[in-house]
This record gives sequence, structure tokens and C-alpha cells, in this order.
Amino acid sequence: MTDGVAAQNNATPASQTVVRLRGVSLRYGDKHALLDIGLDIPSGQMVGLIGPDGVGKSSLLALISGARRLQSGELDVLGSDMTNAEQRRAVCPRIAYMPQGLGKNLYPTLSVYENIDFFGRLFGHDASERKRRIAELTKATGLAPFADRPAGKLSGGMKQKLGLCCALIHDPDLLILDEPTTGVDPLSRKQFWELIDTIRADHPGMSVLIATAYMGEAARFDWLVAMDKGQVLATETPEGLLSYTGADSLEAAFIRLLPEEERKDYRPVEIPPRAADEDGEVAIEAQGLTMRFGDFTAVDHTSFRIRRGEIFGFLGSNGCGKTTTMKMLTGLLPPSEGRAWLFGKEVDPHDIETRRRVGYMSQSFSLYSELTVRQNLVLHARLFKVPTDDIPARVDEMVERFDLSEQIDMLPGKLPLGIRQRLSLAVAMIHKPEMLILDEPTSGVDPGARDKFWRMLVELSRNDGVTIFISSHFMNEAQRCDRISLMHAGKVLATDTPAALVKQRDAATLEDAFIAYLEDATASSPAPAETAQEAEESIIASPGPGTPVSDRFRWLRRFFNPRRMFSYARREALELRRDPIRLTLALLGSAMLMFVMGYGITMDVEGLTFAVLDRDRTTTSRDYALGISGSRYFDEKPPLSSYAEMDERMRSGDISLAIEIPPGFARNLARGREVSIGAWVDGSMPSRAETIQGYVQAMHAHWLQVRARESGQAAALQGLASVEIRYRYNPNVESLTAMVPAVIPILLMMIPAILATLSIVREKELGSITNFYVTPTTRIEFLLGKQLPYVALSTLSFLLLTGLAVTIFGVALKGSFFALFAGAVLYVTSATAIGLLISTFMKSQIAALFGTAILTMLPAVSFSGLTDPVTSLQGMGRIVGEIYPTTYFLAIARGTFSKALGFSDLSASFIPLVVSIPVLLGLATLFLSKQER
Amino acid sequence: MQWANILHLGVKELRSLSRDPIMLFLIVYAFTFAIYTAATAMPETLNRAPIAIVDEDRSPLSQRIIDAFRPPYFAAPMLITQKEMDSRMDEGLNTFVLDIPPDFQRDVLAGRAPAIQLNIDATQMTQALNGTGYVQTIVNDEVRAFIQRYKDVQRVPVNLTVRSRFNAELNKSWFGAIVEVIDNITMLSIILTGAALIREREHATVEHLLVMPITPFEIMTSKVWAMGLVVLAASAFSLAVIVQGVLSVPVQGSIPLFLVGAALHLFAMTSMGIFLATIARSMPQFGLLLMLVLLPLQMLSGGMTPRESMPEFVQYLMLAAPNTHFVMLAQSILFRGAGLSVVWPQFVSLVLIGSALFGIALARFRRTITLMT
Repeated sequence: MTDGVAAQNNATPASQTVVRLRGVSLRYGDKHALLDIGLDIPSGQMVGLIGPDGVGKSSLLALISGARRLQSGELDVLGSDMTNAEQRRAVCPRIAYMPQGLGKNLYPTLSVYENIDFFGRLFGHDASERKRRIAELTKATGLAPFADRPAGKLSGGMKQKLGLCCALIHDPDLLILDEPTTGVDPLSRKQFWELIDTIRADHPGMSVLIATAYMGEAARFDWLVAMDKGQVLATETPEGLLSYTGADSLEAAFIRLLPEEERKDYRPVEIPPRAADEDGEVAIEAQGLTMRFGDFTAVDHTSFRIRRGEIFGFLGSNGCGKTTTMKMLTGLLPPSEGRAWLFGKEVDPHDIETRRRVGYMSQSFSLYSELTVRQNLVLHARLFKVPTDDIPARVDEMVERFDLSEQIDMLPGKLPLGIRQRLSLAVAMIHKPEMLILDEPTSGVDPGARDKFWRMLVELSRNDGVTIFISSHFMNEAQRCDRISLMHAGKVLATDTPAALVKQRDAATLEDAFIAYLEDATASSPAPAETAQEAEESIIASPGPGTPVSDRFRWLRRFFNPRRMFSYARREALELRRDPIRLTLALLGSAMLMFVMGYGITMDVEGLTFAVLDRDRTTTSRDYALGISGSRYFDEKPPLSSYAEMDERMRSGDISLAIEIPPGFARNLARGREVSIGAWVDGSMPSRAETIQGYVQAMHAHWLQVRARESGQAAALQGLASVEIRYRYNPNVESLTAMVPAVIPILLMMIPAILATLSIVREKELGSITNFYVTPTTRIEFLLGKQLPYVALSTLSFLLLTGLAVTIFGVALKGSFFALFAGAVLYVTSATAIGLLISTFMKSQIAALFGTAILTMLPAVSFSGLTDPVTSLQGMGRIVGEIYPTTYFLAIARGTFSKALGFSDLSASFIPLVVSIPVLLGLATLFLSKQER
Repeated sequence: MQWANILHLGVKELRSLSRDPIMLFLIVYAFTFAIYTAATAMPETLNRAPIAIVDEDRSPLSQRIIDAFRPPYFAAPMLITQKEMDSRMDEGLNTFVLDIPPDFQRDVLAGRAPAIQLNIDATQMTQALNGTGYVQTIVNDEVRAFIQRYKDVQRVPVNLTVRSRFNAELNKSWFGAIVEVIDNITMLSIILTGAALIREREHATVEHLLVMPITPFEIMTSKVWAMGLVVLAASAFSLAVIVQGVLSVPVQGSIPLFLVGAALHLFAMTSMGIFLATIARSMPQFGLLLMLVLLPLQMLSGGMTPRESMPEFVQYLMLAAPNTHFVMLAQSILFRGAGLSVVWPQFVSLVLIGSALFGIALARFRRTITLMT
């Protein structure tokens, strides 16, 4: 609120509507995500968006937060028109948005403190203000003890709390949370909601808009928006929705709102009781299974026993050790401690036989998306050694059983999630295993498809006697298991039938029972409790005074605020420092490439091999050969005796030059008759052949001169005029002296440009670019902030390269170092600006990487005067060369290194560099989108 | 070990590749257009070299010399004064400046053999090396032609006849085409196998393979053969259709022998691709790693510039790289028509290096595969 935008909008809280949508539609390609939505969301309330995955909840929230560009319709948020860039910028400091996905807008390598600090800086709080706010927020959320832990190493629940801290640092009037509790354990979930309640109590005017897929949570909201297929089904209070549909739960109510043909999939899953054979064969047994990664214990002495034909569930939050335990059972991970048995045989990663008795379905969809459904099934059948003759029948059986006949020749990537899960199950079942290990098979699948999936599991268990070991974070799924283990932080808290667990804790629901167990576990553990009590202490609502900005600069500051820019620069630098691969590329990579190019692109050739076919065998002929072998360019090999040998040895690459001296050479020469010497050059490498030809001709001429002088015939050989050659700047015509100053500009173009491109495209790919979309950061602040660390790093790289050139390569820097340095700083700024410009067109990191490499290398190597000066070029190449910055820095590098020049001599090369920077940055600003399209 | 598994998994790799439009485009591009462009875009020895002339003589002879510098070798010469010479060369505007002294024509006719000064910007290595000879020849020819109108010129008693073997006209496009084929074989073998493994990792299918009754050796071997086969087929096509057909480069030796060598090289390079993919955790990291590995391999293997011109330690170091041996055998077979009796040492080296790389990659693959999920 530093920027004085709050004043003009103070009227909003009085009005009753916080968000107003009219005819809003959104399409991705030809697919509708939202269809003609009209909605008024009341202010000052907690509003829930409910509905299964993929119905458009996230798209709607992204539109409201301003992260995504509105395609059609009207959208007013807090009284501001979101299609108007000016109004959007004014209102966005009053909105906080936490996108879907655990910690998606956080920076995983930054610590908790640094993450919140970054947002604080963005909103212009000064150091003491930030400190105070961060202290309050971390205390309220219980994150204070973990302030120094990197965000990537937090548990799911803690990540969400950190996301909340980051969202709340600027006291928003509208808080938008997209599925904040998905994948979080029930205790953290409970604490999270308590936290939200506390915050609301302290900010009575604040509106909260939350999307959730857990229908159970929807009951706590003031007002609900039920969505399906990009449309709003109903808007009501929870009580109103229940009475309107006559259902007893919100989940049931939601199903009743669906159109008829969708509703038919929804019927309750019935689980016939298991035949009670308590002493049946044990299918899985684990004793004290433990897995440690470094000093982190993912699974801590887990023991359980699963009987044949049982449906056994693992219930717990993301990252509590469910997946790791399953991987140990399948032999994917060797346990650090403890043992496990499948069908009474100890798990052994090298035991191929047991693998055939187990079907495994991993958490993420993991089939070959480039193979069709049928090809996937056939491949797995083959690998599991189903007899070839049985394969077609088996595939048909699976297709029928799992209802895949319509999709048989389609690619799995194009199928809806629910069908993909059935395909995964079909693949896991293709070899008729006796046991299925399913890791969160239903996450992200809508309730209807989930129930269908469960009906299949029940059939497998009850009819085919397959043992099923399944993990989940859905309570209602856990309820369907014969027995469950409650897991938390690597430990099994309790194992029993769901009913027994509820009874033991005297709880109303399984969820309450789980929370009770969790509270026991966290209370007994020495780790600082993340209890809600701490949150009771109020989060002080007083908005900070902000930093006073004089009126004169206020207008300017809205478009360019150096503090926001430095906030980005600082964060980028921190991230870079913690990413060894990019840092290595920037420094070590350029040094290494300099060696490679210095030695690789070289023109002078020494140590060429040659042999003589001497048919004369006189002192004169030997003298001629000596003239060649005595030079530093040639090494003599054993003499040749015949053409055949010459051919053979040249073919094998043993010699690259053969000299043939004809019989009677000395005699004829003495008599003044014309004689002819033959030189055979290996032409397979044309440039080398040309060099050899040049050397041989020069030596021949030299030999003639020496002979003429000796025999007093100097006058006869003297030419009519001579050309006196002065090689300037590089008198010995050494490749290294010429190449090294030219390699520096090429490396300083390619690598800084790639790094700058990646820095932005990475954010696009990982999702943290949302922070740029929804905060008041302007484009130029964002770009410059991103650029600064790379300019600094590239300048460092320049110093390193220059140091190497002078010391290791021994190329003297004859001219002004300061001119070179100034040129380099301008040049890397220009190079990173090119990277930024390219990044505005790129979506994936790999495309950005190769695209930038090609786009920067070609003009730098071919059109900037590396081999042919720009003045020698024609057509497009000439035009590119004239405007490309490398041309000018190459002139500065050569000028200072070889030509002993300074600032004044090189001014013509500085001007284009200076001009290029604002032009490139201006273009990048123009093309950079402030919203997701 | 199950050969059937290796076969089925390899077929799976081929199917996956056939549905990856970007990789397919890369393969097609690398073995057709890239080779054609590399062959036809090889710059001629000297192209429009910027020359300036300080004419202090202003005689018919000096004018004759000025007129002799013409495109395509030289840009039309600029006439400048001696004062301008230094600053123009400092700015890099002219690579050559020829200074014809006063009374040049008179001295030539008087037999005093006067000297013309040729200033060369030696920071422009290519033009400096190639152009100097041209300038000398042009000046000498013009002087000789001018003077022949007035008197006889003596002849040189010993001739040197220089002939080029294998590529009589030193046609650079032949060289460019073959070098590009070699480079692209190296590049694609690493990229395809590396990407195949990283794709499995990113789609979490590695995990899936590991719970099946197959071994890491089978997984790795299937990728090596499948991707190696694709590159081998593409390079055979390229040699036959693009290099011999479209570009009509005469290939001296036996293409089957070359393909056997290429297969050995692919064995080594695909193993290296697997190795790199076990180090990188994602495609972007793999891309960065690739740049640091591929460039040195290509530039220092002796394919672009002769090995003789590199420092000795680099030459020895590069003997450990499969590229170096592949470039040697490819040049011997394709350019010089060498047979197995000549290139067997390279074949042996490739087998040894390939086996070592395969072993190292397999060891690392086994160790890291469980952590890939």
C-alpha cells in the first residue's frame, strides 16, 4: 500500500460484492475451461468453491487474482475493472493469491525467512517493518522455529502455512486460496483452518475465497459456489444447499446437483465383508522397516502384517513415508534397517521371481504416454513373461474387465484422469498378480471415477482373492479398507479396522480419531509443537506506515520502484548461489569452453608429417629435403620407396605430405635444365591442405634463393618488385593471440544469454512466475531485477576469462583495461537483455536452452567478424552483423588486447553497445506478459 | 539376462521415439538440411576481403595494381591517405592496406626492384593467412605483365608441382558435408539416449520398469541398441542420399566398413548419453551438461581442425574420447578410401573405449536408478 493506491478505493468494503463476474468464459485451445459465468461474491465472508478436479475452479481463481488474462466477459474485483491494466495494478496490492500445488509460489531453495522477506520487500516494507511482520506471522503459524529451513524441505502442511505467511504480509482485503489443504494431514488441515479463523477475526473486513476438493471442509464456509464442467451449478450457504437438495452430506448434495447422465456413475460403493479367516496366510509382513536419506528419517521402524485377500490401507499426509514404505516392499529401495517379507520370502531387490507375483501402481501416472493403450498392455504382458499365445486373450480380458474398449487404440496422455487410473490398474493386473500395491491411486480423480475404481478393487479382493495394499489421504477411502495404518512423519501411529480406531479414541469420525492420534504423537515428540494456541495471539492488523514517498516521485515510482527491482535481484542471486549446476556453467563452463575454443579453432599447423620419395639420392636432393624437415612445421617420417608405399601411407594418415624428387635432379640442375619436383598433399582436410601448400611453396622459394646466392646467381632470381609484409598487432601470426580475444565475446554472449533466458523460463515452468503476475511489480522492475545478478556474474566471468587469457594463454593486454572492462559490462548487459527478450517467447526450459544457444551463437560466430570482418559480408548476414552487439565488443576486445587502443580510439564501438541496451530491454518489456494468457 | 526383454524394451523405445515430434524433427534436420547447409555454406578461402590502398605513385602501374583487386576475393579497394591508414586498421575497417611508394613505376622499369609495403591486420587470422598470398601474387603478376611490354623476364630453373590427393580441387564442401555427418552422429547418439532415460524419469516410468522382472542391464542395453540403430540408419541414409546423391561428394572407401565403425562409435556414445542422464536430474540440466561435453568432444577431436595444431597434452587427452578415433577412421575410409587393414587400430580403440564407457555407465545406472523415482 506504499504506493498510495489504497486511498482511492476505500469505498469498496462498504459495497456488498467483492467480486463480480458477468459472462466470463475461458478456453484453452478448443477446450472450454469456463463457460459464461455470472456470479456475485459477497464481501467480508469466507466463500468456498467446491467441485471435483478439472471443473474450472483454479481457472476462475486465477482470473479473479489477475494472474490470468480475461478472455471474454466482465470482471470487477474490489470495485476495479480487471480488464483495465491501470485499475488492475492499483488493486493488486489488496489481493493475495496462493496458487494450487504445495508451495508452488514459493522458492524451494530459499529459507522460510527469505521467502517471506522477499514478499515483504516487494511490497516495500522497510527492514524493521519486515522483521516485525515476519516475526508475527511465523509465530502465529508456528513456523518460527523453522525460519532457516529451505522451503523445499518443509512438510506439506508447513509449506501451505508458509504460503499463507507470504500472502498475508501485505494485509490484503481479498485472500484467494486454491486448494490450500490438498495433500495435507488432517491435523495440519485443522490447524490451517483455525489459523484462517484467527486471521479473519483480526481482519473483519477481509474476504476469503477458497477452492477445495474436500467436500467435508465445505461445511465451515459461509457461502458456497458449486461448480461442474466450467459452469456454476448453485450458489448457497451450506445449510441452504443441504435443505435444497435434501441430502445429508455436502458430497451427496453435490452429486444431486449434477445433470442426470453424470449422476448415474455415482452410486455408493458396497463392500461385502471379508470371510473371517483370521489365521489366513500372511501376504506382506514388515518388521522395523526404516529408511534414512542422509540425516532425514523418512520411515521410522514401521511394522505391519497383511493377510492374503485383505484390503489394507495406509492413511497419511503427503511426505509421511507411505510411498517410501511401498518402495521398500517392492524392492525399489533397499531399507536402511529392518526386514520385509512377501509371501513369506524376504524382499530382495535382485529377486526377479517375486516381482511377477506383485502388481504395482505408482503415485504419478506412469505409463508410456507415447504407446497406445493396447501397446502398453502388450508390452507389460511380454515383460512379465505372459506366454505369447495367451497375450491377445489376456489383453482382451483386461480391456473388458476395466472397461477400456473404447480407448484401446488411443494414447493414454489424451485420456481423462479416471480412465488413465483404470488403465494403470489394468496394466498392474495384466500378469494376474496375487498382490497389488497401489500408491495413492485415486488422487486427483473425481468422486464418480473414484467410486468406480473402488468397485473394481473390491471385486479383485473379494472374488479373486488379491491382496491389496493401498495408500490414500482421503478419509472416506480409508473407511473402505479392511484394516488401516495411520501414518505420520515416518511412523505408524495405529493399525486396526477403521471402526475399531474410531471406537478406541471415542471419536465421531475417522478423521477425528486420526487427529487425536496425531495430537498424541506431536505432543510426545520433542519437535516444537505447531499448535493452534500460538495462533491465538493476534496477528497485529495495523498496517505498517510504509515508507513515505515524496509526491514528486510517486508517479514515477508506480512504474519503476528500485526497491521492488532489488527485491527480485536479491532473490535471484540467492537462488543462483544455491544452484550448483547453473553456477558452474556460468563460471567453470565459460573457462572450459575458452580452452576448447582457444585450442580448437586454430589456424596455424605444426608438426605435420611428411616423407620423401628420393629417386635422385644425391647431396643436392638430400639438401632439398633437409630444407623441409628443418622447419618447425614439418616432422620427417622414414623415406618412401615407391608410389604404392606413398599411396598406402597417405591413405592411413601416416603422412600428409610427400615430396618426390625425380632421377637426375642434381645433374639437370647443374646443367641448368628445367627440373620439376612433385609435392603430394593429403587433400582430405582442405584447409590444412592449403596451409601445407603455402608452407611448401614458401620453403621451395627459400631453397631456390639460398642456392642462387651460393652459386652467385642472385640477380637472376631477384624479382621485379617485392612485397614487404608487415603483420600488424600480431607479428608472429599466432592463432592464440588472434583467437583468444575473439573467443571472449562469443562466450560472454552465449552463456549470459542462456542464463538470463533460463531464469525467467524456469519461473514460467515451475509456476512461481505467478508472484510477478499478482504483485504490483512492473515489467521493467521484474526484468531488471532478474538481469542484475547475471550482469554481475557475467562480469565476474569476464574477469576470469581475461585473467586466463593473460596468464595461461599468455596473450598480452596491450591497451586500456578500463576500456575493455567498460565494454564488457555494457556487452554482458546487452547479452542478458537478449536472453530476456528471447525468454518472452519461450515456454519450456529445454526449448529456451537450445533456442538461445542457436539464436545467439550463429550471429556471434558467423556474422560478427570472428573469421570474416563484417565489411566482407553481404545481404542478411551484413545487416545482422551491423546491429549485433558482438560485432562491437569484438572490436573493443581486439582493439584493447592486440591493438593497444583506449577509450578514445574505440568510441565508435561503444555507442552501439550503449544504444542496444535500452532498445533490447524496451522490446523485452513490450513482449513480456503481465498476465498468463 | 533375457534377450527377449531387451528386444521388447528396445521396440518400445522406437515406438516412443516415433511419437516424439521434436526428436524426429531433430533427426531429420540433422541428417538432411544441416548437412546440406554445412556443405554449401563452407566459406570460400577469401571472400570480399576489405583492402585499402595508399597510392603515392599515381602512375599507370599503380592504377593497374589497384584495378586488379576485385570481388569475389577482395572488396573494391578504398583509396586512402597514409594518415588514415592507422586509424582505419585500428578500427578494423581494413584487413589489408597496400602502400605503393612514390616513383614505384620508375624504379621497376629501372630494375631497382622496389618494395611495396603490405600492412596486414593479423588479428583477422583467416583473411590474413589466406589473403597475403593472393595480394603478393596479384602484385607480382601485374608488375610482370606491365613490364613484359618493355623487356624479357628471366625464368625460374626449378618448378614445384603441387598436387592434392583425394580431393584434387580442395573442394571444401566435401569436407564440410562429411564433418557434419560425423558431428551429428555424435550429437544425436548422446541426445537420443539421454533424453530417452530422462523421459522415463520425468514420466516416472523408470519406477515402473524396476518393479517388473527385468534388470538394469536389460533396460540400458535396450536403449543403447534402439537409439544406436536409429542414428545408424539415419546416417546411412544421409551418406547415400544427401552426401553422395544431392551433394555428389565422391566417397572413396567402403560405406559398409564406415557403418561398422559408426556402430562401434554409437555403442560408446550412447553409453555416454546414459551416463550423462544419470547425472542430470531434468532435461534442462541435461541440456546444460550437454553443452559442456559436446563442444569439447567435437572441437578437439580433430574433425574441424587438425589434431597436429593442438597442444600435445590435449592430443593425448583426446585419445580417450571415442570421437577422436571415429573421426580418424571416418576420414581414412571416406576421404582416403582406406580399408580395414589401415583402420583396425581405431576399431580396436573404439571397442575398448566403448566397453569401458558402457561398464561405467551401467555401474552408475545401477547405483542411481533407485534414486531416480
